[in-house]
Amino acid sequence: MALDKSDVDKIAHLARINIEEKDTQAYLDNITSILDLVDQMQAVDTANVEPLAHPMDAIQRLRADDITESNQRELLQSVAPAVEEGLFLVPKVID
Amino acid sequence: MQWEAVIGLEIHAQLATKTKIFSGASTAFGAEPNTQACAIDLALPGTLPVFNKEALEMAVMFGTAINAEIGKTSVFDRKNYFYPDSPKGYQTSQLFYPIVGLGQLDIALDDGSIKTIGVTRAHLEEDAGKSLHEKFANMSGIDLNRAGTPLLEIVSEPDMRSAEEAVAYAKKIHSIVTSLGICDGNMAEGSFRVDCNVSVRHKGAEKLGNRTESKNINSFRFIEKAIKGEIIRQIEILEDGGKIDQETRLYDAEKDTTRTMRSKEEANDYRYFPCPDLLPIVIEDDYITAIRNNLPELPDARKQRFITQYKLSEYDALNLSADKAQANFYEAVVAQCKDAKLAANWMLGEFAKMLNQNDLSIEHSPVSEHKLGQLLTRIKDNTLATNGAKQVLEALWSEEDEVDSIIAAKGLKQVTDTGAIEVIVREVVSNCDKQVQQYIAAEPDKRGKMLGFFMGQIMKASKGKANPGQVQALLVPILDELC
Amino acid sequence: MFSKTIAQLSQGLQTGEFSACELTRNYLDRISAQDSKFNSYITVTPELAMQQAKAADKSISAGTANAMTGIPIAHKDIFCSKGVRTSAGSKMLDNFISPYDATVIEKFNAVQSVSLGKTNMDEFAMGSSNENSYYGAVTNPWGENRVPGGSSGGSAAAVAAQLAPGSTGTDTGGSIRQPAALTNLTGIKPTYGRVSRFGMIAFASSLDQAGPITKTAEDAAMMLNVMAGFDPKDSTSSNTAVDDYTATLNQPLKGLKIGLPKEFFSADLNPDIANRVQDALKEYQTLGAELKEISLPNTALAIPAYYIIAPAEASSNLSRFDGVKFGHRCENPVDLEDMYKRTRGEGFGTEVKRRILVGTYALSEGFYDAYYKKAQQIRRLIQQDFVNALKEVDVIMGPTTPQPAFKIGEKTADPIDMYMEDIYTLSLNLAGLPGMSIPCGQVDNLPVGLQIIGNYFAEQRLLNAAHMFQQATDWHTQTAPGL
Repeated sequence: MALDKSDVDKIAHLARINIEEKDTQAYLDNITSILDLVDQMQAVDTANVEPLAHPMDAIQRLRADDITESNQRELLQSVAPAVEEGLFLVPKVID
Repeated sequence: MQWEAVIGLEIHAQLATKTKIFSGASTAFGAEPNTQACAIDLALPGTLPVFNKEALEMAVMFGTAINAEIGKTSVFDRKNYFYPDSPKGYQTSQLFYPIVGLGQLDIALDDGSIKTIGVTRAHLEEDAGKSLHEKFANMSGIDLNRAGTPLLEIVSEPDMRSAEEAVAYAKKIHSIVTSLGICDGNMAEGSFRVDCNVSVRHKGAEKLGNRTESKNINSFRFIEKAIKGEIIRQIEILEDGGKIDQETRLYDAEKDTTRTMRSKEEANDYRYFPCPDLLPIVIEDDYITAIRNNLPELPDARKQRFITQYKLSEYDALNLSADKAQANFYEAVVAQCKDAKLAANWMLGEFAKMLNQNDLSIEHSPVSEHKLGQLLTRIKDNTLATNGAKQVLEALWSEEDEVDSIIAAKGLKQVTDTGAIEVIVREVVSNCDKQVQQYIAAEPDKRGKMLGFFMGQIMKASKGKANPGQVQALLVPILDELC
Repeated sequence: MFSKTIAQLSQGLQTGEFSACELTRNYLDRISAQDSKFNSYITVTPELAMQQAKAADKSISAGTANAMTGIPIAHKDIFCSKGVRTSAGSKMLDNFISPYDATVIEKFNAVQSVSLGKTNMDEFAMGSSNENSYYGAVTNPWGENRVPGGSSGGSAAAVAAQLAPGSTGTDTGGSIRQPAALTNLTGIKPTYGRVSRFGMIAFASSLDQAGPITKTAEDAAMMLNVMAGFDPKDSTSSNTAVDDYTATLNQPLKGLKIGLPKEFFSADLNPDIANRVQDALKEYQTLGAELKEISLPNTALAIPAYYIIAPAEASSNLSRFDGVKFGHRCENPVDLEDMYKRTRGEGFGTEVKRRILVGTYALSEGFYDAYYKKAQQIRRLIQQDFVNALKEVDVIMGPTTPQPAFKIGEKTADPIDMYMEDIYTLSLNLAGLPGMSIPCGQVDNLPVGLQIIGNYFAEQRLLNAAHMFQQATDWHTQTAPGL
């Protein structure tokens, strides 16, 4: 799979990560070699193989609809970068 | 060149569970910001989801109510995107294997016809938090109380061809989910949200045109307006030779227009994949059967019951039974005044008029079912004439007083004493000699129409308090005596 | 005191040879004096430790103590610890004081073990050398400029340097077993689902597991007894009954069938390592075990499958680090997008960013089938290999790593070089099976690890096989030179 710098920029945007222009080539090289590594997979025939999402053959357990959490706003917001009037502040979002 | 609109609706119904879909925090509406957002809802590092069994049951209830396929194995997938109201940076939803598959329901149109609308699927997902944009300069405030509330996203087939059909479908879904008790249907509070996918094409064409999705429409009236507006907008663009951009638009109720949603301008690659923190949901036939057999009364069944139990017409029954809150209100009124027809007339007539004029849903009616029931009881027992009753209703609407005290305060009690009425009737007859002579001179089969004048005069003389039925019963023989 | 095992310390505490306070104080002093050489701790918690030691002493005198009461433990900085910085080795969480305890921490608190502090690790558990930490590289006590392995490098170095008698680690692709092998320690990655992941900062959700790193198998059994068990807060937690891992340590190994995958003993394997492993296998034969050659044909595919699945899940798990609710936020963000991009660009190190990019790409539009889905299919083939092999044999053995501890900086130029370190360990996480590494000799005075792999929930058998080997040999008793 041949990637180029613009692909790296697109992926970095999807992942919301700032990549400096000077580092783009290095990331491109690394990612390309990783993808070359994983291309080995394509040689194997997996036509009728069911993907394995979880190692255990288990099913989802259900939780009773009971309130178990109380208001812990002060504690939980003590780690927040910016809070005012109980709200998390972020740069204005324009819809 | 005839145009045809193709409409599909995506409805997000907030499920009425006590707690979030993946955490034990409360979902109660109206709490102080972030007081119902626990560590899991805030996506603190290391936190994990555990699935609410009530949400599953509610989803399956919906599926069985619309005779849909139920996914015996369904899977939660992650929909990855960045937005401040989505704390994990992904929304847990269901793409590949939803809990409910293909189903259908019938809608009744204004001309009395029935149309079947397909439901493509319904799946479970978690709601996002809320952003407040007005409070802070240059900043938005995020409240994550709503984050994690369970949603059932109900996707229709693009089977609707007009705003009327779309509204009927939306109302039917509303009726079903509220009748099932799985959603409170409160559009103003955001527990029932309708997104409209609209496209147009030449009539007879097979290919679908590009569609737009309109969001932020929080009443049935606005749904109708938004869709109508969007159809017109698209037709105008196409007739001018332009193209329709596939996009998401926000409805503005004040301006009655939609505009492009800036934050959704770029197409998002959501990178769906099965959520590794959750295991597949597997349910057995027994589970589904038990739910199906224990469903509460559904709208169609309720309509039939109203026809047989209350002897209502198809039209009246449909309109009274469609909305669960309305149906409950109606039945309470009937239980009180013991007159199904009278109750139906008032609820679909005067009472509905007052609600519409004040832009209120029945849940927010200032007049309770008991008060209305009491009012109708007073009509039944002849204490009130129609005119007087209307005045009482208006008074109830603004003052919250008791029916009987309003009647007394305004002196609205009908005169039903035959003797008193007879005095008034004879007085009017003796004062209206000219009209009496015209009555005597007229052909017997034409006399009925002339009663109106006398009735008017008598009602005026009695200040509207004479019981019209009794007046007529006395007036006709008195006039006939003179013929 | 510092060379004593947990079992011996437990004895000493019970008999009153020393108190928990003395023991803890000694370790804290030693950490203070020595850790600058190794950089194995990110945060030491002396006040908390002494508080816990005092409470432990009370229980010990009251006779209500457990085997692990009063035992000082170091915790990998991936476990959320309430009121204590929990960094996951990253600048992103340098300022994060966790508001809650991980279940693993709660379990140790419940038996009143003592928490010495949080150990260094590769950032977000991504690495095999502990060179990817925001807090600097960790030095292997066995070689002045050698890596201790990763990502649980700090946990391993702390125990190897006798700065803790035991520590907790996590293993996603070998991160307990490989550092244990490089530092002459015993480490076990339990069956997936055996230990709760609640509060364990997620790297790759379907692969991560927590486990102990200790000097002996007996110690590991004692710690696993505390750590293992069902947790309702973790949907992937197993309900299987928890064994007493110390109860069967001494069972004779006669008849134990050991499978030797030919793929683990290929011509590429360093001959010195091969020799140490062969010697260990001979010892097992002396103990009564039978050796059998088996094949795990898809072994080579473990690397590509892992390097799609792990980064893909990680790319999604790490999306919550967005500067909104906790952790690092860039200064003076211009707008939302700027805040996200600079926060994440600054907060994450290079390897983490690399893996997020790979994972994002693997899940992106058009590539899901070729990468993620394909990797999950390969994963099933790998699991099948093991399941089939374990029908013929009881346990599988081989080298833990292809080479002993390499030099700091030796493999940082090419990430693929580093990924190859985990060639023998990755497949186990994909299959979810339990695996251990125990010391089996040295090459050039650097430790070599023997890997022991078992069937689902066969931790008892693994620990038994390890313990019996450690009764008959003394590799595990050797301490790093110069200690």
